[in-house]
Amino acid sequence: MKKNPPKPTGFGPVSWTNPRLRAVLYQFLAIGGTISLFTFFAMTARTNLENQHIASGFAFLNHTAGFGVIQTLIPYTEQSTYGRVFWVGLCNTLLVAVVGTVIAVALGFVIGVARLSNNWLVARLATVYVEILRNIPLLLQLFFWYFAILRPLPGPRDSIVLLPNVFLNNRGVVMPAIGTTQATLGFVLVTLIAVIVGLILRRRGMKRAIESGKANNLGRIALALIFGLPMLAIVALGTPFHTTPPTLETFNFVGGWQLLPEFIALTVGLSLYTAAFIAEIVRSGILAVSKGQTEAAYAIGLNNVQTLRLVIIPQALRVIVPPLTSQILNLTKNSSLAVAIAYPDLVSIFAGTVLNQTGQAIEVIAMTMGVYLVISLATSYAMNFYNARVAIVER
Amino acid sequence: MNNRLVAFLVGIVIGAATLYFFLPGPPTSFSTAAPSAETQAPSVKDAKPTAVAAATLDLVRSRGYLQCGVSQGLPGFSNPNDKGVWSGIDVDFCKAVAAAIFGDPAKVKYRPLSAKDRFTALQSGEIDLLSRNTTWTMSRDTSLGFDFAGIIYYDGQGFIVKKSSGITSASQLAGATICTQTGTTTELNMADYFRGRHMPYKVLAFEKNEESLSAYDNGRCDAYTTDASGLHAQKLILKNPDDHIVLPEIISKEPLGPLVRQGDAQWTDIVRWTLFALINAEDMGVTQANVEQMKNSDSPNIRRLLGTEGAYGDALGLNRTWAADAIKAVGNYGEIYDRTVGPETPLDIPRGLNALWKNGGLMYAPPIR
Repeated sequence: MKKNPPKPTGFGPVSWTNPRLRAVLYQFLAIGGTISLFTFFAMTARTNLENQHIASGFAFLNHTAGFGVIQTLIPYTEQSTYGRVFWVGLCNTLLVAVVGTVIAVALGFVIGVARLSNNWLVARLATVYVEILRNIPLLLQLFFWYFAILRPLPGPRDSIVLLPNVFLNNRGVVMPAIGTTQATLGFVLVTLIAVIVGLILRRRGMKRAIESGKANNLGRIALALIFGLPMLAIVALGTPFHTTPPTLETFNFVGGWQLLPEFIALTVGLSLYTAAFIAEIVRSGILAVSKGQTEAAYAIGLNNVQTLRLVIIPQALRVIVPPLTSQILNLTKNSSLAVAIAYPDLVSIFAGTVLNQTGQAIEVIAMTMGVYLVISLATSYAMNFYNARVAIVER
Repeated sequence: MNNRLVAFLVGIVIGAATLYFFLPGPPTSFSTAAPSAETQAPSVKDAKPTAVAAATLDLVRSRGYLQCGVSQGLPGFSNPNDKGVWSGIDVDFCKAVAAAIFGDPAKVKYRPLSAKDRFTALQSGEIDLLSRNTTWTMSRDTSLGFDFAGIIYYDGQGFIVKKSSGITSASQLAGATICTQTGTTTELNMADYFRGRHMPYKVLAFEKNEESLSAYDNGRCDAYTTDASGLHAQKLILKNPDDHIVLPEIISKEPLGPLVRQGDAQWTDIVRWTLFALINAEDMGVTQANVEQMKNSDSPNIRRLLGTEGAYGDALGLNRTWAADAIKAVGNYGEIYDRTVGPETPLDIPRGLNALWKNGGLMYAPPIR
């Protein structure tokens, strides 16, 4: 390198000794190489598929599936298409992922805090929980929960009655189906208005309290509004929902809503497993807040709960959120173990049954991978957005 | 300086690679099915290599053993014992093919495959032959890129229920929850059966048979469905086999057979004619015990089968004694049947459709001549 290279204009002289030109050349070669490598893969795959007479393309998505699925959140029959199966599986995967994440995060926070408890018994129990749950392979845990749920439960004829018209048996939990009446729309509208107005009131109350330094009762009024207005609506419009109780037929209850044991086992297994990891993340987050913060909080007269809620947790969240995102992603991806216990998730019915019926592994697996990628990126994006909000702002 | 040198070299390599891949057209020598098919000259005289997936036989020979896809454990068909030794009708067929090629039935490696993974394993060339109670259907034969070599077992789908349920016929199953294995024709047949009769039903499809059966045993399902042969085999594994009853209805045709990748006619012929040889052997009374004596039989049919007359093995690229080697290894079709699913086993499934054509069954093999 010369000491004072002349400021290059354009690419400078066309020569191997021109570093700018070379840099551009290398980049073109690298891009070209990458593209041609993938083209080569695609061409090889296509040639081989053609030579082996294996069908390819996405036309199969419009073909009739012809098999049944036990849990469908969107309308589906055997005459539906493979494309429909994809959406059915996706909905089932998302259901487990969302419910599982909510339970796992809630439980993980409780256990993480419990591990730091001054109560010897609570802290030890939380430690035992974490060490057992996170050190046993998830698949074994799923089998354990599945058969632990199935084995002791009676058949539909001898169902355990949990509540009137709510039954527990080895086909899952059966409850009355909730349907709409003429009053439903009015009730929902009133509730919505009550919630919005209530939230606005509460916000204004908080603002006023901060400005004036005095407590006010706007928050309480808001609460009364949120619960009171819908009650009034019920009185005025009549019952907004009606229920259809399930009836026992030859084999099982018909009508009503059912929670499958597969769904319960999968959700329980995934959330308990992930909660153990989240608990450790929460613990590390809390420990990362210096002890001086706690002492300062006590010094200004905050009690234990207030200290945790107002001082420790907000600061701990900075440390907790990024690894928490990974755990949520893990839970979503681990839900693909569903096939082992017959829960009809995306991998089970689409990357399993559909792949087997059509034999189009490349297309089906690519679509499945794409879905997990999109779910993961979306989760990650949402969590990063949240993280940016809770992160401490340096001033 | 060093960095730039490295970058320069990498650039040259990538550039050269780019040129190489763009100039000579599709580089077929990188095919997944037969990595060295093009470069290796076919050593067998009558081998007719097709474009890419040629000469599976050469591959098997150079590897030294046959890769055979089997089930993960279905008594009577392919099942490992406590020492990991495989047995069953599908396993015996693998041995027969290995014996026909190598003269040694031990030159097989078994690859246990779930119903879900079996086709991908064959398509990708991970196995040479899928001998895994697989139903011959049109879509599998045509759009999946396979050739079925024949039918080794005529099966049909049935149901098993608890005796206490009081069910005596499949037509009473309206509203039932039924356990099965995912990725099988059973899943589809069941859907067709119930749909055709406008009966509601619920299907619970597991990846592995064990879990499926266990869920049925624990009362999660009202019925369990699979091929009738499988029902007899799996009934024995239930906690109280006598509490269960196999329903009389057979709701589908399930011709089970070995299959290979499409496109290698020679390999398909080897597998197909090994099966035919076993059936022909039973037809002609050639057994594992008498195969050596039979080589000197007066019957021209037997002499052709066992390679004493003619050169039928040459056309397959095998020894002339290929069929004799296979029979010596595992016996004829009837002996295999009796030993694996028939009277010598707890399954004790009657021959039924699987009897020879002259005994009222469907087993019939074209002549070797």
